[in-house]
Amino acid sequence: MQIYLPIAEVSVNAFLLLGLGGFVGILSGMFGVGGGFILTPLLFFIGIPPAIAVATQANQVVASSLSGVLAHLKRKTVDFRMGYVLLAGGIVGSAAGVQIFALMRRLGQVDLLVNLFYVIFLGIIGALMLIEGLNALRKSRKGGTTRRKHTWSQGLPMKMKFRTSGLYISVIPPVLVGVMVGVLSAIMGVGGGFIMLPAMIYILGMPTKVVVGTSLFQIIFVAAFTTMMHAITNNTVDLLLALLLLIGGVVGAQIGTALAVHLRGESLRILLAVIVLVVCGKLALDLLIEPAELYSVAPEVPE
Amino acid sequence: MIRYLLACLLLVAIAAPAGSETVVAGLSQNRISITANFDGSEILIFGAVKRFEPIPEGAEPLQIVITVAGPSVPVTVRRKERVAGIWVNTQSVDVDRAPVFYVVATSDPFYDVMSNVEDLRHKVSITRAIRSVGAPADIENSTDFTAALIRVRSREGVYKLQEGTVNISEETLFNTSVALPANLHEGDYTTRIFLTRDGVVLDQLERVIYVQKVGLERWLFNLSTEQPFYYGILSLIIAAAAGWGASAVFRYLKS
Repeated sequence: MQIYLPIAEVSVNAFLLLGLGGFVGILSGMFGVGGGFILTPLLFFIGIPPAIAVATQANQVVASSLSGVLAHLKRKTVDFRMGYVLLAGGIVGSAAGVQIFALMRRLGQVDLLVNLFYVIFLGIIGALMLIEGLNALRKSRKGGTTRRKHTWSQGLPMKMKFRTSGLYISVIPPVLVGVMVGVLSAIMGVGGGFIMLPAMIYILGMPTKVVVGTSLFQIIFVAAFTTMMHAITNNTVDLLLALLLLIGGVVGAQIGTALAVHLRGESLRILLAVIVLVVCGKLALDLLIEPAELYSVAPEVPE
Repeated sequence: MIRYLLACLLLVAIAAPAGSETVVAGLSQNRISITANFDGSEILIFGAVKRFEPIPEGAEPLQIVITVAGPSVPVTVRRKERVAGIWVNTQSVDVDRAPVFYVVATSDPFYDVMSNVEDLRHKVSITRAIRSVGAPADIENSTDFTAALIRVRSREGVYKLQEGTVNISEETLFNTSVALPANLHEGDYTTRIFLTRDGVVLDQLERVIYVQKVGLERWLFNLSTEQPFYYGILSLIIAAAAGWGASAVFRYLKS
């Protein structure tokens, strides 16, 4: 069934969009990532103009994250206090990121910078997670217990108790993590979960169990902020496209959350690492291999 | 219906007073509504030649050239080059006016039906329909960029040269059909009909097809441009409702 998207001005298959939304929703529920880093390239691939894809998927992320967080709320795996602290940093970072994005746009080359950001961050994070996950898996096989590491963040002032995470740490590292993720998410046009998750585990030392719910909680607000920014400044949110993606997405998120219960923390981490590395590899190849068509056509950006 | 119209046109053509040759034409529709399930459309263009005196002995056969052009917008064409191992956009050329859609339908191969001079005057062929004057001086072969624009758009199916697709009968009646793609943009689509002999334009006619979004499509589009704040809020409300709804449904299914 073909459907004409009013803002994107293209006609696409409705079931294809539902399927894409569902696939990304499953990832979202399982790993606590918004899924934007996979959905955005997929939308480019089916012919949605990039500006529309980025803005619209932010709206879709709101829906799938909300759906996922509700499931986590029931299991009490959301650290609200940590969520608020991260969010405060996130909004500041996102506002700064939008300014950086606008600057890069004026300089041209915005596509290249976004792609490079993806390749570098996905590569580093994916590799780190894979190594850590494999190590943890080997240790738990041997029967040894994984001791909680005391990270460098323990020594800083302004300590705060995060009861759900079982942490007593300074608020400075979480705020900085929030700012960093906010900047990156505005530049890369994603919720930022795939950066947030490893940061929470490795920098803040949060237990894997609460990481997903807390990340989803935080992503809802960052994505909502991004949606509004795009709707107001660029008029690039396509509601019909968002609706189809999010119907698939919210159903997928529920399935994903249910699946996550049956998987062990370590295997979950390894699986996410593999997905991140695959996407990274694909984007890196696009930069390295000579494209079939060297020329591209885009509407002129008004100066 | 079409046959009836053609018959009427033929009567008009026969009844016309003496003079040179002129063209009369009609379109199967001059208003296209884009609805949610819009999946492309087809326009029938038909007409007849009014003739005031008999065709001179040994005259070249009558030919028809029809163009359908979507709204023109400025575009930027970029070229990638390898820099430090990765492919990067380096040079770019701004094309001042390029139609979002352009079809040329002719009754015979293009250069048999229209001379170069006439093409230059009326800007009929795809190359002429694109106007590029602003190529920066440091770019040597700006024609490569316009050629690339045509190549990319032709592959997308929005630029088409349909040679020999206009049917002419009895040197008087003609008809053709032009397919409009599913990813149609809003705007006024100008249809031009040229009557030629020996590559020379004898008469031309212009008609406009209005392409517009209607219903839900129109409403969403207007809201997004006129009330972007409320449009954003509406998007978030829908997202929140869907997220909460799915969670509620699954909780109900589990219990």
